[in-house]
Amino acid sequence: MARGLIRGRTRLVAIVASVGLGLAGLAGCGSGSIKNSDAGSASGKQCGDLRIAVNPWTGYVANAHVIGYVAKTKLGCNVTYPDVKEEVGWQGMASGSIDTIVENWGHPDLVKKYIDEQKTVEDAGLTGGKGIIGWYVPPWMAQKYPDITDWKNLNKYASLFKTSESGGKGQLLDGDPSYVTNDEALVKNLNLNYKVVVGGSEAGLIQSFKTAEKNKTPLLAYFYEPQWFFSEMKLVHVNLPAHKAGCDAVAAKVNCDYPPYDLNKLIATKFAKSGSPAVDLVKKFQWSNDDQNLVAKYIAADGMSPDDAAKKWIDANPDKVQAWLG
Amino acid sequence: MATATAPPPEAPDRPVSKEEQPYVEVGKKRHTGVKLLAVLAVWLVLYAILKGHDTRSLGLQDTTGFHDWLNRVRDWVQLHGPDNWFFGGVLGFIGDVFNSVFAHLQKLFSIPAFPRPVPQIGWFGVVAIAAWITWAVAGIRSTILVTVSMLLFGIFGLWQDSIDLLLVTILAVAVCFLIGLPTGIAMARTRWVSTVVTPILDIAQTLPPFAYLAPVALGFGIGPTTAIVLTIIYALPPLVRITEYGIRAVPQTTIEAARSLGLTKGQLLRQVQLPMAKRSIVVGINQSMMAALSMATIAALVNGPGLGKDVNAALQIQNVGQASVAGLLIVLMAIMLDRTTTAASERSESQGRSGLVSVSGPGVLLMGVMVEKLPRWATEDAGKGVRHPRLTGAGRWTIRALWLVPVLVAVYLSRSQLDLARFPDRTVWPFLEPIDGTSVTKLINDFSSWFIDKVDTFTLALKNDVTAWLINPFQNLLAQSPWWVMGLVILALAYVLGGWRPAVTSAICLAVIFGVGLWNDSMVTLAMTLIATVLVMVVAVVLGVGMGRSRRTDTIIRPFLDAFQTIPPFVYLVPALALFGVGRFTAIMAALAYAVPIATKLVADGIRGVAPTTVEAARASGSTTRQMITKVQLPMAREALVLATNQGLLYVLSMVVIGGLVGGGSLGYIVVSGFSQDQLFGKGLAAGIAITAMGVMLDRIARHAAARTGR
Repeated sequence: MARGLIRGRTRLVAIVASVGLGLAGLAGCGSGSIKNSDAGSASGKQCGDLRIAVNPWTGYVANAHVIGYVAKTKLGCNVTYPDVKEEVGWQGMASGSIDTIVENWGHPDLVKKYIDEQKTVEDAGLTGGKGIIGWYVPPWMAQKYPDITDWKNLNKYASLFKTSESGGKGQLLDGDPSYVTNDEALVKNLNLNYKVVVGGSEAGLIQSFKTAEKNKTPLLAYFYEPQWFFSEMKLVHVNLPAHKAGCDAVAAKVNCDYPPYDLNKLIATKFAKSGSPAVDLVKKFQWSNDDQNLVAKYIAADGMSPDDAAKKWIDANPDKVQAWLG
Repeated sequence: MATATAPPPEAPDRPVSKEEQPYVEVGKKRHTGVKLLAVLAVWLVLYAILKGHDTRSLGLQDTTGFHDWLNRVRDWVQLHGPDNWFFGGVLGFIGDVFNSVFAHLQKLFSIPAFPRPVPQIGWFGVVAIAAWITWAVAGIRSTILVTVSMLLFGIFGLWQDSIDLLLVTILAVAVCFLIGLPTGIAMARTRWVSTVVTPILDIAQTLPPFAYLAPVALGFGIGPTTAIVLTIIYALPPLVRITEYGIRAVPQTTIEAARSLGLTKGQLLRQVQLPMAKRSIVVGINQSMMAALSMATIAALVNGPGLGKDVNAALQIQNVGQASVAGLLIVLMAIMLDRTTTAASERSESQGRSGLVSVSGPGVLLMGVMVEKLPRWATEDAGKGVRHPRLTGAGRWTIRALWLVPVLVAVYLSRSQLDLARFPDRTVWPFLEPIDGTSVTKLINDFSSWFIDKVDTFTLALKNDVTAWLINPFQNLLAQSPWWVMGLVILALAYVLGGWRPAVTSAICLAVIFGVGLWNDSMVTLAMTLIATVLVMVVAVVLGVGMGRSRRTDTIIRPFLDAFQTIPPFVYLVPALALFGVGRFTAIMAALAYAVPIATKLVADGIRGVAPTTVEAARASGSTTRQMITKVQLPMAREALVLATNQGLLYVLSMVVIGGLVGGGSLGYIVVSGFSQDQLFGKGLAAGIAITAMGVMLDRIARHAAARTGR
């Protein structure tokens, strides 16, 4: 349809285009021309591709980008960060589209399947981080009801936690479905007058804590450390019966707190045999919860890009980085 | 009438015989209301007696034999896939082809092409090329829109991911075109093809993408291919349906005339049917693009490239502003592609004939083809009369070719000048500071926390009241009744409302829901779906009547509707959580945000379509505004209302999984958990199947009920 008025339109296009070209000329004056980057890696060994799975929580992003940044700048690897959930990441290592997972939370079922049976994945040592899973209340509650941190008192406070979702019982809010959780069994086996309500996402949990603290409303929810949100709000852990070996052997009969997790790294068998210098880097990488929280805070609270955050930490901690490379 | 409503052509679709028609007899009293009341009474009595028995509920971590069987199938594929001729061979080959094509495109346009620190063609060249293409196919208005949009991609600091998303979309739509056009043609020409393919399209459109995320990733690995395949599965059905519709819509008389001239079947297709259906096909491509874009955030969950990644990353750190900026760019891309293809289709039509359509959002669902029409003032040729070309076709192409010269210069410059290759940020161009991504992010964050702070006590109380007084009782009625009572009630309702045909479909669908072992969760989801649909229609009628009656209201509201229809729901999850907390109400609100726009537009179209003479006559006989709306305009727009309800229902259903992320629980949550937990893979897939069955059931009941009341 828009066929007529060719002359008018042509003139308009001419104006737009010449303005555009003029701008280009101006911009061109200031900028330098493009130089190719130095080919090849700094070290002798060729690194090639390194594909670090990125699971959807910020602490993980910190691990991945710190390792990735070192691999890129010191080893000359071509690093990519596929975004996947934990389970898909394992699957990817088995099928050869992912090289490493740099923070793993247990997953005995996946360990059995991929490491013991299929032998497509290998353990690559601890990250040095300690994982804690448990039930938490917002700070104001711990102040007002100091004894709430003992599970034995939870039934006393159950009515506080009642919501329109929990059908007359206290509400225990759970998060993302990919989290490791025994909560339904715990509620049942500890005879707690609570109902597990599924929030469905980490965003749901964090937002619920924010709202609860701001409006001073009660909330009991599943959460975990290390997590960047702790730099914003110090949630208080509710102590369940202490974890003893074997008390969580049968999923339906769990009656104790979550075990402390020694977080570890995983590496695809195929990649481990490739001889890439990045294999050693991944295996040697180790740091603490505090280190991770700091980088995660740069990303989540200060709004830095993951790579900038990693660079900032690496520049401040050359000795730690050197230990991974030695 | 303003709505270009085109139900699937009845005649060639199914055999024309008396038995096959929905049973309709004009004039006979059905006593539908009385029968409904009777069903309801029996239901309530049985509920009171048998509450809580035989509800078939299943614990969160529990599975059934069927779920475990699906798990074992998955394990087998995982272990033996790489050596299998199909999984390793065929799928592996397809995967490699897509991956390498996409990697080349990326190096050309979006990521550094080693050893260059920048892509082969920098942003300046890409914008110039895009502007030229748009100008050549669509016209100057679209060119300006595209240029401004693309500059915004860069200004907001998301150039690379925007171009990646554009590449995924274009590549996926190109494949859709190659597969969809022949399929659509075959469906239009051969009845059995249509019979076989239509149910497949139904399933592809109602099965939640989350449910096939894990299986597709299993087959194609993690990377661009999986994203592209996911996008194709979702974007193909609209193109196929509209192509079929377009070819069928060629008037029988025209075909007769062509036949009488002795055209062969092939000639008929090439010289008559395809040219006449050209416009519909472009609309199909447009629809396909919109559907493709709506997959951006979901594909990003399995490492699909593009803006979806930015939305998801921002969601992780609860940064509403950052998510909104990326989300708005997706909307912008949708608008840009929508208006350009629409303008192109208008131009491809011989001049002078009035424009058919523009579409935004995935407007094609089970109903067949339903295309929304923009008011004339919003189209490319607004305010212009019929124009006469002053140049021949060859002349026009010469001018277009001449304009290629500056484009090539731009491409050359973008290859040699760093600032024209990599989009400058505020350190290079300080004037960008007030409008770039960082500033806009901060602005949105400040506004949203200010707003949430002001209203959240009120909205949280609202949520609690609505949940306690509306959602809980209704859900209990559905989910706490014994399964066999619910089954019979649904069948009875289907029969009373629509006759025996939807009752039979419902029986099959209910059997599927029962068979996959998720009866109780399905009833919870059904309750939320029905409540959400009712709320959608309430809002849609209020807004739609306002828009249909006043052009100014339309001008104000329409952009918001467009935005909510295309913005990825992930963007507003965090604000929704802040306003309403975690729970089923929030899930319903998210569904509302997605479904209200389409329903409102359809209602508005219907109201606008009421004949002006009728309105005049009513006004002359002294009816008040209120009478005008309730006695004239709404009843006369009944068809549009029915269509709006059906579409609203399907849009609500497509949000079930998103609802699961904000506390909706039930089927949506199970689908998500199936995607994230190894041992729940089968259960998640089963939940996807249950959602599909529910969608087909509700659609069929609504459609047949509409056919009855429509006369």
